[in-house]
Amino acid sequence: MDEKMLARIKGDPNYQALVKERSSFGWTLAIITLVLYYGYIAIVAFAPALIATKVSGAITVGIIMGAALILLSIVLTGIYVLRANSRYDDLTRAIVASATGAAR
Amino acid sequence: MSRALPLAAPLALLASPAFAAEAIEAGARQDTNWTAILIFGAFVLLTLGITYWAARRTRTAKDFYAAGGGVSGFQNGLAIAGDYMSAASFLGISAAVFSSGYYGLIYSIGFLVGWPIIMFLMAEPLRNLGRFTFADVASYRLSATPIRAMAATGTLITVAFYLIAQMVGAGQLIELLFGLPYLWAVIIVGVLMILYVTFGGMIATTWVQIIKAGLLLAGATLMSVLVLAKFGFDFNALLTKAVEVHPKHDAIMLPGPAVANPISAISFGMALMFGTAGLPHILMRFFTVGNAKEARKSVFWATTFIGYFYILTFIIGFGAIVLVGPETVYHVGGDIAKGLLGGGNMPAIHLAHAVGGDLMKGFIAAVAFATILAVVSGLTLSGASAVSHDLYASVFRRGRVDESSEIMASRITTVVLGVVAIYLGIKFEKVNVAFMVSLAFAIAASANFPVLFLSMLWKGLTTRGAFIGGFVGLISAVVLTVYSPSIWVAVLGYDKSGAWFPYTSPAIFTMPLAFFCCWVFSVTDKSAQAAKERAAFEAQYVRSQTGIGIDAVAAH
Repeated sequence: MDEKMLARIKGDPNYQALVKERSSFGWTLAIITLVLYYGYIAIVAFAPALIATKVSGAITVGIIMGAALILLSIVLTGIYVLRANSRYDDLTRAIVASATGAAR
Repeated sequence: MSRALPLAAPLALLASPAFAAEAIEAGARQDTNWTAILIFGAFVLLTLGITYWAARRTRTAKDFYAAGGGVSGFQNGLAIAGDYMSAASFLGISAAVFSSGYYGLIYSIGFLVGWPIIMFLMAEPLRNLGRFTFADVASYRLSATPIRAMAATGTLITVAFYLIAQMVGAGQLIELLFGLPYLWAVIIVGVLMILYVTFGGMIATTWVQIIKAGLLLAGATLMSVLVLAKFGFDFNALLTKAVEVHPKHDAIMLPGPAVANPISAISFGMALMFGTAGLPHILMRFFTVGNAKEARKSVFWATTFIGYFYILTFIIGFGAIVLVGPETVYHVGGDIAKGLLGGGNMPAIHLAHAVGGDLMKGFIAAVAFATILAVVSGLTLSGASAVSHDLYASVFRRGRVDESSEIMASRITTVVLGVVAIYLGIKFEKVNVAFMVSLAFAIAASANFPVLFLSMLWKGLTTRGAFIGGFVGLISAVVLTVYSPSIWVAVLGYDKSGAWFPYTSPAIFTMPLAFFCCWVFSVTDKSAQAAKERAAFEAQYVRSQTGIGIDAVAAH
């Protein structure tokens, strides 16, 4: 990639929007995941009795939390894919088109 | 005995190992299991057929290392899940649930949560910057020779420990399940793996992994359905019965041994989470898809399959508490007090028999064998590419090498690695290899991950910072693991006063240390080279975000 093309892409408002949106969305989701996981580990380590507290029949708080964490991992990655497929791919296509189109 | 020791047991879940000596002592080798051997034979024939087909399509380096970049996101997600769902995460986690209940679920979650992080921060840039190995990404704007040498060292050490653990686990598991001698089992695994990788490259390795993942998911699903059917598809009824019949009763719903040492728990959680993002054989899979979009889909499907699989192992574990635990036929000499036939990792296998008879047991045993075979193939290919692509082509020949000799170097390395793996598998037969997997994860989290992560996301990283930070992470992870009670006392047999590192996993210390060293030795680097590397970040970042320029490199 030559200097000119680089400068052009960096000046492209679509590129700036892509970088800003993707990185803030990605970090937000990553921090949510980290907080939930280490929050869970903290409960396991410091309040184990809560884990074994029964909710309904033999189902405990811990089982609900565990299942929720597994489902949430799947759902959050799914949300990221949906958003990336619609928004980020459109932006990327526009950036590539304007960068390569202008180069011609 | 140290408080940290109970945590060492679940390390076995990761890959395969500690079916170890304990398993063999607890129950002599099983009778030759013909159902299992026939099903496994069919799997071998099918996969060799695929290897033949793949060999005819493997012409370029891109075919060999990255399956030509033609794997779809869904297929790759299944293959990644296959790399992750090893025989021991199946047998080991269900065994942990069987013996301690809820405890097993905590580890499943630790294995899974690394995936969302990879998705949100790494998957797309990784695909947009790399070609065949993660060293491609790390050395994108840094000096190739030191960074590739460092990344290849990290790769080879990670792969070596993981591979030895798998080989030993394979030998013991197969001896147990199939009634084949240990030596045969190790040789069969080694030879088949050499055939797949040498001839079929990544195409064959990927399809072997996909087929096995499909079989494993189908088998585990069937078992779970059969278990739940016995309780009218009421999970609550299953749990209630499990609490009633398990000798520990209500205590199985507590976190169990994990509570003993919070620092060990958190440190181990870190090693799992970030180690996943630094395992070379997993990272390599990101280069088999065509673009960043498919890379994203891969992570979504991988997360879905792995999450689903861990929910199944939980059902299987609780099913085994009820359907295997109180049954005398599954215990040594018909005496429950003497433990399970074949040892502590057998609950899932006995459960297969309890719900589906000999046929189901044979099927699950064959799938376990196939699982090991698929995982060692991926590991070997990853080690071979570190040698041929990073060390041979880039470091020794400085890029002045044609594709066919690079592929030849990779094939030769595969054979050498295969022979070494067989040799070490035999050598380590009587050694408890559980620590090797935890060490592989600790190194991946402390050396590979920080360098890869910073090279993609931090402008300031320089060659000096990455090189020193990577090696500090690697060496500190190895040293702290060796001086922890789980190796110093349990494996090496020294007095526990010498085990000055009290925790199970070093990651909580070594990972921040590696990040810190990368940072310090980068910001204090005032060389002209460093300035150039910082300046090159912009262009790298644009490419990592947009993928522009990726085709030019692919054609090179």
